[in-house]
Amino acid sequence: MALFEEIAAEPSEPVPVRRVTISVNGERRTADVEPRLLLAHLLRQGLRLTGTHIGCDTTNCGACTVLFDGKPVKSCTMLAVQADGHEITTVEGLGGASELHPVQEAFKDEHGLQCGFCTPGMMLAAKALLDEVPDPTEDEVRWALSGNVCRCTGYQNIVKSVLSAAQKLQGQSAADGS
Amino acid sequence: MTALDEIKIGGMGARRRRVEDNRFIRGRGNYIDDIVLPGMLHMEILRSPLAHARINSIDTSKAWDIPGVRLVLTGEMMATRNLAWMPTLSYDTQAVLATDKVRFQGQEVACVIADDPYIAKDACEAIVVDYEPLPVIVNPTQATADDAPLIRDDKENQPDNVIYDWEVGDRAGTDQAFERADLVSTIQLHYPRSHPAPLECCGSIADFDRSTSKLTVYMTTQAPHIVRAAVALIAELPEHMIRIISPDLGGGFGNKVPVYPGYVMSILASILTERPVKWIEDRTGNLISTGFGRDVYLQGEMALRRDGKILGVRMHTDADHGAFFGDAQPSKFKIGLMHSAFACYDIPTAHLTARGMYTNKAPGGVAYRCSFRVTEAMFFQERMVQAAADDLGMDQAEFRRLNFVRDDDFPHRTPFGFLTDSGQYGKCLDVGLKAVGYQDFLKQKEEAKKRGRLLGIGISTMTEPLGAGNSREYDILGIKMFDSAELRVHMTGKAILRTGAKTQGQGHETTWAQIVAHELGLPAEDVLVEEGDTDTAPFGMGTYASRSTPVAGAAVAMVSRKIRAKARKLAAHLLEVSEEDVDWELGRFYVRSAPDRGVTIQECAMAAYSNMPDGLEPGLEGNAYYDPPNLTWPFACYIATVEVDPETGVWDVLNMVAVDDCGVRINPMVVEGQIMGGLTEAYAMASMQFITFDAEGNCVGSNFMDYLLPTAWETPGYELHEVVTPCPHHPIGAKGIGECATVGGPAAFVNAVLDAIKDTGVRNIDMPLLPDRVYEAITERHDVSGAPPVKVDD
Ligand code: FES
Ligand code: FES
Repeated sequence: MALFEEIAAEPSEPVPVRRVTISVNGERRTADVEPRLLLAHLLRQGLRLTGTHIGCDTTNCGACTVLFDGKPVKSCTMLAVQADGHEITTVEGLGGASELHPVQEAFKDEHGLQCGFCTPGMMLAAKALLDEVPDPTEDEVRWALSGNVCRCTGYQNIVKSVLSAAQKLQGQSAADGS
Repeated sequence: MTALDEIKIGGMGARRRRVEDNRFIRGRGNYIDDIVLPGMLHMEILRSPLAHARINSIDTSKAWDIPGVRLVLTGEMMATRNLAWMPTLSYDTQAVLATDKVRFQGQEVACVIADDPYIAKDACEAIVVDYEPLPVIVNPTQATADDAPLIRDDKENQPDNVIYDWEVGDRAGTDQAFERADLVSTIQLHYPRSHPAPLECCGSIADFDRSTSKLTVYMTTQAPHIVRAAVALIAELPEHMIRIISPDLGGGFGNKVPVYPGYVMSILASILTERPVKWIEDRTGNLISTGFGRDVYLQGEMALRRDGKILGVRMHTDADHGAFFGDAQPSKFKIGLMHSAFACYDIPTAHLTARGMYTNKAPGGVAYRCSFRVTEAMFFQERMVQAAADDLGMDQAEFRRLNFVRDDDFPHRTPFGFLTDSGQYGKCLDVGLKAVGYQDFLKQKEEAKKRGRLLGIGISTMTEPLGAGNSREYDILGIKMFDSAELRVHMTGKAILRTGAKTQGQGHETTWAQIVAHELGLPAEDVLVEEGDTDTAPFGMGTYASRSTPVAGAAVAMVSRKIRAKARKLAAHLLEVSEEDVDWELGRFYVRSAPDRGVTIQECAMAAYSNMPDGLEPGLEGNAYYDPPNLTWPFACYIATVEVDPETGVWDVLNMVAVDDCGVRINPMVVEGQIMGGLTEAYAMASMQFITFDAEGNCVGSNFMDYLLPTAWETPGYELHEVVTPCPHHPIGAKGIGECATVGGPAAFVNAVLDAIKDTGVRNIDMPLLPDRVYEAITERHDVSGAPPVKVDD
C-alpha cells in the first residue's frame, strides 16, 4: 500500500536541547529539554507526573497549577527551562507516601470534587493560600481560587473544603506548638 | 441478632465518602492523556480557518518532509477507504476530513501523525490548503432566505437548508383554545449557543494489533458501547474485535457522547501505521468543532382565561444545527424532548412546530447537561409563564400554583402526551417561598425602590423527563434505550459490579455499591464498581441525559434482587428448611418460626461455591437488563433574588434557593453536589457563557478568554432544600437529578433580573444577561434580543 512507502525516515538532524535541573517534590531531577518545551509537558510526559492536568491553551483554567518555589503558577505558561534551579511541587508531592495532606482529606470529606480534573490544581492553589493566610475568609478563598475553573462542583464544596482544611491545619499547628 | 444498620454499611441514604476520590486527590486518576502505550505516535488536526469554502487543493509535501512525521491524512486518502464521511447520531452524515468543501470554521481538513505532538503541530502548519471562500450563513433566518446558498450540496434530496419541519400536539384543539381565550400572552426568545466545555477535552488512543486483528481504543466517551457499534458499522470491523475503553473522564456534560472525526482518524492512523496513535484535542478544537448545546429561537403564545387559568399553548422553534445534523437524541423526536414543556402544568392542549436548519457553524446539538432539549423547553416554559403572569397582573407564585398539576392527579397526561409519574409541586413551591422569605422580600423590594435600588425575584418551577427509554419509544439509531448491570459475588462475600453506564464525575463507583448494599446487605466497601470497558461491561447505552440512576441504577437493584433470590435457595439449604419458610432482613436470611436461626448473605455466598444443594447451579453471579416502564419525573423549584445596579447593568445574586424532589436519594451528598454544579451552569448561561459568530462565521468563544466560565469568585452561594416523592415505577424510588438545576435554573435568574427592572416596561433580555445588555434595556427601555452582536473594532 502506497501510504507505507511514503512514511518519513527517522529524524536526522538533532534538535537543540538544554539541560535543566529541577527539584520536583523534593527530588532532584535532571533532563535535556527542547527550549520550547512547556513545564506542564515536562512534568506530565518527561517525568510521568500525570496529576498535573491540562485544560486549556490560554492560561485560563488552572488545571495545570503547580507550586513554583511555593507560589502557585500555571505550568502550561512556563517553559521547562525557566524552572531550572527552582523547586516545583505537584499534587504527587502534596501528601506523604501514606499520609494525605489536610487539604486532600478535606476535599474528600466535603465532596469538593466530582470528575477530579480540576482537583490537583485547586488543591495546590488552596495550599498556597493557606501557607500565606492560615485563617482565610470565604471571600479570600474564592479570590485565591479565581484562576482555577471547575466545571462540576459549582465551587461551594471546594470553598468548604478549603475552609475546613484551614481549621484542621490550625488545629495541627496549635498542637505542634504546645 | 440485631439487624444491620444500613447507613453504617454505606447503604441507601448514607452520605458515603466517594471511593474514586482516593485516586483523584492523589493525582492518580487515569485520564486519556495520562495513558502511554509503547511505540505510541501522536496525531494533530489541521482545521479550516474559513466557515464556508471550496477546497481547490491541499499540498502536504512540506509536512511529509519534517523529520519525525509518520503519516499525513487528507480527505482524499480517507475517501479511498470509504471513511471521508461518517453517519451522525441523527441519521445525517458528517465529514471526517473535508473533501470538496469546508462547511464551518474549525472543520477537520487534514491530520498529521508524528513521533511527538510538537512535531505533529509543526507539520500541520506546513500543510498548504488553497481555499475558495463561499458565502456564509450563520443563523436560521439567513438559512431560509430565498437566495441562501445551499450548504449541504453533498446530499441528494436536500434542495434547501431545512433539515426538518416537524410538529407535535393538537393543532385544531389548540386553535380552539386560543379562540376562547380572554387574553393571549406572546413572547419571543433565543436560547444562545453554548458549549459543555468539560475541563478535560476529547481524545483517543487507537491501538490496532495486526497479529490478533484486535482494535483497542481508549476514548473519552460517555457511551462506550454505542461507539463500539458505530465503529463496527463505520469502519466495517467485526464487533467482537473492537474494544472501547473509556478511562476516567474529566467531565462530559453531553460533550463526550458523539463520535468525532478525531476518533475515527486515530483509528485509521493506527491501522495504517500499526502503532498506537494518540489524539488529544486542544481547547480551541474542543470549543469550535465538538458538540455544542442549544441555539434555538422560540415564538411562544399562551391562551389565558382572565382568572389565570392557562387554556392552551403554542410554540414554534427554529433550531440552528450547524453544518451537520449531529444531535445526540432519540431518533423519533426531531427537536429532542422539547415537547416535555409544560408537563408540570395542567394545560388541556398544546401544539409545537419545529424547524431545523443547516448553517455554517459547528455541528452538535448535544444534550448539554440536559435530557435532549429539555433545557430549552423548560427555559421557554418558565419565561412564558412569567410573561403571562405579568400580562395578567397576577402574582408569579400564585399563577404557577393555580396551574400546577395536583398531587392526586398522577399519573398525569401532559398536553404533548407524556405521562408524568408523581410529584408534590405545591409543596415544593411552598418550601421555596418560605426559604426565600417571599412576602418579606416583596416588601423589601418596594422599600428599596424608593431609594433607587432595583431588587428582583425570579421563580422557575418544572418537572422534566429523565431516564430514556422505555424501549418502545426511545432508540438511538435503532438501538433501544435500556441499560444493564452485572454482579458477581465471590465466595468470601466480596463482589464486583459492572454496568453499561459510564461515570464522568457523578460517582457511580460509590453510589452503585450503595444500591447493592441496600438490596443485599453487603457493606458498600465490599463492592467494587467498574464501568467503561466494552470487553467486560454488559451492553448499555451510557451516561447522559440524567439516565444513569433511572435506568442503570434500576438495573443494579434488579440484578441484586436476582442474586438475593438465588441466595435464598442457598439459605434454605443451609438452614435445612424449605424456601417458603425463609425470611429476609438486611444482610441475613432467617427461619420465620425461629428468627435466631439464620445465615448471612456472606455465608450464602460461600455456600454457592462450596456447599450448594443438589440440582442448583453453582456460583452467585447474575445480570439484569432494565427497560424502564416510563421516564422519571423529578420536580424542582428554583428561586433567585438579585439586585441590579441601574448605573452599570451589573446584577448580583442575593440568594438562590433550590428545592429539588428527585425521589429517594441514594447518597444525599452526591445529589447535593450535582445540584450545586448544575446551578452554577445555570448561572453561567444566564450571566456570561455563550458562543456566537461574526458575519464571516468566525467563532467568538473559541477559547477560555472569550468563552467565559464563572469561577469561584463570580459564582453565588446556594441554599438547598429537599422534598421526597418516591418514583412509583423505579425499583428504589429514585428519579434523575444530574441536570435539573441546569435545566430549571436559568429562568430563575433571568426572571429575577427582569423583575428588578419591570418598571422600564422591558419584557425580555435574551441570555446572556451581560451588564451592557441589561444597561441597554434599562436606559433605552426596550427588549434586547438575539445572540449578542459581535463588536468589530477598527
Ligand atoms: S492548562 Fe494551564 S491554565 Fe489551563
Ligand atoms: S471536579 Fe470536574 S472540573 Fe472540578
